[in-house]
This record gives sequence, structure tokens and C-alpha cells, in this order.
Amino acid sequence: MASSGSIDWAKVIADPRFQTLHRRKTRFLWGLMAFSVVYYFMLPMGAAYFQDLFKVKVWGVINVGLLFALSEFAVAWGIAVYYSHVANRDFDRMAKEIAADFHMQVGA
Amino acid sequence: MRNLTSRRWALACAAPLLFAALPALASGVVAAKYELMTWAVFAAVILITVYITYVAAKRIRSASDFYTAGGGISGFQNGWAIAGDYLSAASFLGIAGLISLYGYDGFMFSVGWLVAYITVLLLIAEPCRNIGKYTLSDILAYRNDPKWTRVVGALSVITVSTFYLTAQMVGGGVLIKTLIGIDYEWSVLGVGVLMLSYVLFGGMVATTWVQIVKAVLLVTASVIIVMLVWTPYGFSLPGFLADVVGDPKVQARVAVLLGDPSKTMSAAELGQRFLEPGLLYKVPIDQISLGMALVFGTAGLPHILMRFFTVPTAVQARRSVVWAMVIIGGFYVLTLFLGFGAAKNVGPATIAAVDAGGNLAGPLLAQYIGGGPDSVMGNFMLAFVSAVAFATIVAVVAGLVLAAASAMAHDLYVGVYHGGETVPAKQQVTAARIATVLVGAIAITIGIAAKGQNVAVLVALAFAVAASANFPCVLLTLYWKRCNTTGVVAGMIVGTVAAVGLTLVSPNLTYPKAVRAASTKVLEAEAGKRVAIMAALQSGDAKQIADATKTAAALDKAVAKAKADMAKVEGQETSFIGLEKPLFELRNPGLYSIPLGFLAVLLGSLLGRDRRSEEMWDEVYARQNTGLLVSKSQAH
Repeated sequence: MASSGSIDWAKVIADPRFQTLHRRKTRFLWGLMAFSVVYYFMLPMGAAYFQDLFKVKVWGVINVGLLFALSEFAVAWGIAVYYSHVANRDFDRMAKEIAADFHMQVGA
Repeated sequence: MRNLTSRRWALACAAPLLFAALPALASGVVAAKYELMTWAVFAAVILITVYITYVAAKRIRSASDFYTAGGGISGFQNGWAIAGDYLSAASFLGIAGLISLYGYDGFMFSVGWLVAYITVLLLIAEPCRNIGKYTLSDILAYRNDPKWTRVVGALSVITVSTFYLTAQMVGGGVLIKTLIGIDYEWSVLGVGVLMLSYVLFGGMVATTWVQIVKAVLLVTASVIIVMLVWTPYGFSLPGFLADVVGDPKVQARVAVLLGDPSKTMSAAELGQRFLEPGLLYKVPIDQISLGMALVFGTAGLPHILMRFFTVPTAVQARRSVVWAMVIIGGFYVLTLFLGFGAAKNVGPATIAAVDAGGNLAGPLLAQYIGGGPDSVMGNFMLAFVSAVAFATIVAVVAGLVLAAASAMAHDLYVGVYHGGETVPAKQQVTAARIATVLVGAIAITIGIAAKGQNVAVLVALAFAVAASANFPCVLLTLYWKRCNTTGVVAGMIVGTVAAVGLTLVSPNLTYPKAVRAASTKVLEAEAGKRVAIMAALQSGDAKQIADATKTAAALDKAVAKAKADMAKVEGQETSFIGLEKPLFELRNPGLYSIPLGFLAVLLGSLLGRDRRSEEMWDEVYARQNTGLLVSKSQAH
């Protein structure tokens, strides 16, 4: 672990580009996380407390509850794809720029 | 290197094709040789995995090869391997079974298992790849005091893995016994020895490829069955489900589940009720507590975390979770058809008669779809699905043993005993192999000793400890500046003790007094019911007589079960830990133990001080976000 001493980590943290990356990532990740947790727990809550709504038939015998459960899959996949898209487009590029600079400084 | 990987990938892809080609051969087999055919299918699956191990064994030279396949697995491959690691027999057979017996509630249960990966994707996978090396404790020890955190981390990893491992061994033994009639002890021994051979000789390389092959087989088998089930309805979802709810077998099941209130309901209403919530889960808070343990526990499962060290970069770690979510989620959507298809075609009563938990819904459906119990195809399908179930157990167990062995060898032996000083590569691999044999032997012993035990409690425990101890410690080490050694040690201890303690006083355990009361009630009611049955039998009305015959059969079964239950708790007054009734009403402790785990890390960190944890924060935070130096540490 001593090998990493060659980089001044405080300087990395203080770098304005790191600050931007950190800010955007924090907001994005925790926002998405909160949304997914809330959306997930709506399912058992709904199944317990809104049974009348869940029983409403919308498509043949298929009811709101079944569609809502299926939507959980769509939402989970949607979050995964959306996050990957943003991370691949923005976060990776920003991280790579910072990493390239500091690797150069230690001559790695 | 690339050549080797692609060749092995081709092998993994060829496996299902091989099976697709087999029915043509199997149709020539005469009826009396079903057993031989079953063995042939099993042998084929085992041979594939043994060949993988043989090829993989040549590549194991360093500890990194053994624990993480040298970090040389691609994101796509790792996605399949995660699915193979995660889709245990419990989720593969159990969820289809729950849907076939309880309809909607069973399907709702499957959702949490997928949503869990959002936590892994957003918060855990990439930082872990950027900071860690082989084990969960590597992440904790990077910032905090290495000795202390490795000791508590390793203990927690071994605890979680052992609970999960035992559940898999016991569940697997029962399953194989029911499916192909091998004695329980031999089944457990067979699973144990086969799994040991993969891990011991092929390390993570073999484990990964066994998991990939198993996941591909599992998905292939499910897709084939679902296609056959769904084709008659022209791939219409409402059409298929309308037929399910219109089936008398399904309607009869709902009537049994609802009891008296069902008497005023029409057949159509009973059928529709199967698609509505509330047939299985009566206590909403239980559901929420279980959901919390799933959604936060998966991110603390050591064998899942370990998979992220097998890929070279954070980008590949991200790709692996996305692929895993596609495969796992897609599989659960398929179980919707497997479960409802089994309910419609085989019937809930038949499924429950073979296994009360419904675990054999999938295999029985396969047999039905192939042409029924007397057909060659039907039995081939049954054999195939059984072999996949077997491969499932072996692959999951291999991943768990590797996680527990790495905690023993890498964290305790190399990290703590040798103080993290450089131990020669060869010696590290030897230590890992000795730990593997040790864990494997423990798993087989506990598996055999725990025969007939309730495994649901063990799975609940594994997820609860992972969510209450591992998850808060890893999360706060990665994201909270003030987190330190005191906090991590406190969190690990409080989280584990809270999760285990609350489970031990929960309704999961067997309470002899309650069992006796329930059985007595059944036995006391017997006489009255017999009179009613006799009256109906003598009524002369054909329908009444048919109904009474069915009721009589059900009553016989209930009485036999009540007597058996009574015998089991004979002479006992209290549960395993000496309680007459549960002190805590939730089946899963997550709702309380997860906040307690977090609280312990918070308080511990605020009360204690640790210069190293403070000094390392900048480095940890910079590295987990940027992946700085990961490429360098990968190089050697």
C-alpha cells in the first residue's frame, strides 16, 4: 500500500475537476438510489394497503397489481441502462482526465 | 490468452447445443431405461464441468489466479457468472414453486431479488473494484486498521457464507433425493466432493466457468419450457393467464387457501383471486423487512462482492452488473410462466403433494410439457431440469466456499497471522487450497448433520447478517469521511449479533407448544369431519360423494401430518434456544437490525479516533471515484 504514496491524494481531492465529478456523481447516484428504493417498496406497500386498486382489471384478466409488479422489472432495467449511459458518457471521461494527469505527474 | 478465453467461451456456448441435440438420441431409448437416461444427462453435465476444471487448473499459479481468475474475466462473462452465482436452487426452483402455489405473492417475492442489484450497481460494484483486491475485508482494511478489520470482516464473511452454504447443502440434498432418489447423505457428499474438486484444482477460473455454463443451461432450459407452455396461446399474456385462472385446479387451490370465506365466491372469482395479492403474505411489515434484507443484503454478500475482483476495471464491473440484471430479471420474468404454467398444467395440489414448498413445480412442468410421466420426452425433460438443478447447487456452493476460504487464507492467515508481509505466491495458493478443503469438509459435515432442518431460517440469517453488518461497514468506509476502525468493528459485531439474535427469537424456529396446539386442533376436529364425510358418502348424490372422497383424502393427509408433527416435538417444551413462544414477531430482522448496524458504525466512528482512517480518506475517496492506480496494481 505504500506504493501509492507517490500521488498527492489531497491534491487530487482539491482538483476542481474532481470536485465537479464528485458533486455530479453524488447527486446522481443517491437520487437514483432513493428513487429505486421508494419505487420498490411501493410494491409490497401497495399489495398490503391498496388491494382494491391492485385488483382492478385492465387488460383481460391482468390487473393493476400484476402490471405494477412487471413495471418493477422495466424500471430496474431502465435505471441500469440510464446509469450506464450517463457513467459511460460523463463520469468515465472526467475520471480518466484526472487519472491521466496524476499518473503523468508520478511518471507512471 | 485471448485464444484460451474464446475457446472456453465456445465451450460454454456449445453446452446447450449439445443438449438441444440430445432429444433426438433419447427418443430411441425404451421406457424401462428412464433411470439410465437420467444418469446419462447428469454425467454429461458433470463431464462438462470437470473438463472446464481440468483446463482451468493449468492456469492457477498465483493467489490472484486462485481468488480472482487473475482479474481476467470480461464484464459480459462476469454478468453470466454473477447470474450463475446468484440464481440458487432457492430462486430457480423456489420462486416458480411459490408462484404455482400462491400466484401473485410468489411473483411479487421475485422482484426484490432483482432490485437488489440496483444497490450493487450504483453504490458498491465500481468502488469495490477500484479499492479491493480479493476479499470484502480488503476494502475495509485499506483504510482502517488492517488487523482488526480483517479479523471482524473475515468472521462475518465466514458466518454469512456458512449459513448460506448450509442452506444450499440441505436444500440440494433434499432436492436430489426427491428428484432422482439418491440418499440424502450421498447427495450432500456428491455435491460437496464435486464442488471441492472445482475449487481446489481450478480456483476462481473453474468456478467462474462452471457458473457461466450453469447459468446458460438454466436460461436455455427455462426458455424452452416457457416457449412450449406459451405457444398454444399465440404468445398472448392475457390469453395465457385467462386460461390459468379458468382452471378448476387453480380455483380449488384458492378455495383451500381462503377457507370459509371462499364459499360465497364464484369459480371465476376464485380463479381471479390467484392473480391478486394476499394469498401468501398476511403481515405486510414482514414483507417490508424481508425486502430491506434483500435490497441491502445482496450488496454485502461476500461471494457476490468477490465476483467484482475478477474483472480488470470499474467499467467492466459496471458492465457485469448490467448484464447480470438483464439475465437475472429476464429469468424471473420467465418464472412467471413457469409458475403459472405449472399451476395450470400440473396443478397446485399435485405440486404440493410432491414437495410442500412447491420446489418441484419447475421439474414437474418440464415433465408434463415433454409428454407426461410415461413418455420418453417427458422424462428426458425432467432429467435435464434435474441436472440443471444439480449444477445450480454445485455452482453456488463453489462460489460460497471460495469466499469463505479466501477470508480464512487471505485475511486471517496472510493478513493477520503474517501481518500482511509478503508471503510467497506458492505458499499463498497452498494456504488457499488448505482453507478450501477445510471449508468444504465443514460444509459437508454441517450439511449432513442439518438433515431435516428448516433451511429458510438459514437463508434469512445470511441475508440479514450481510445487510446489517457487511453492508453498513463497506458503504460507510467507502463514502463517509469520519468512518474509522472503531466504527467498523462495532458495526460488524452489533450488526451480526442483532441479526442472529433477533432471528433466534423469531417465529422462524420451531416452537413445540404451538406445534402441539395446532396438531391437537386438527386431531380434535377429525371426528366431526368424519361424520360429515360419512353422511355425504351415503347421500347417493354423485357430486357429493366425489367431493367427500376428496375431503377424506385431504383429511387423512392432514391427520398424518399432525401426528408426525406431534412425534417430532415429543417431550420438548421450548425452541432450540429455550423459548416457549417467539419474542420477536418478524420472520426477517432486517427492519431493526439494519438500522442498528448503521447506528453502531456511526457511533463507533464518532466515539473512537483513528489517524490511519483519517489519513487514508483522501486516497480512498480519490481512488474509488477515479480508479487511479488500479491499472498499476493489476500489473503485478
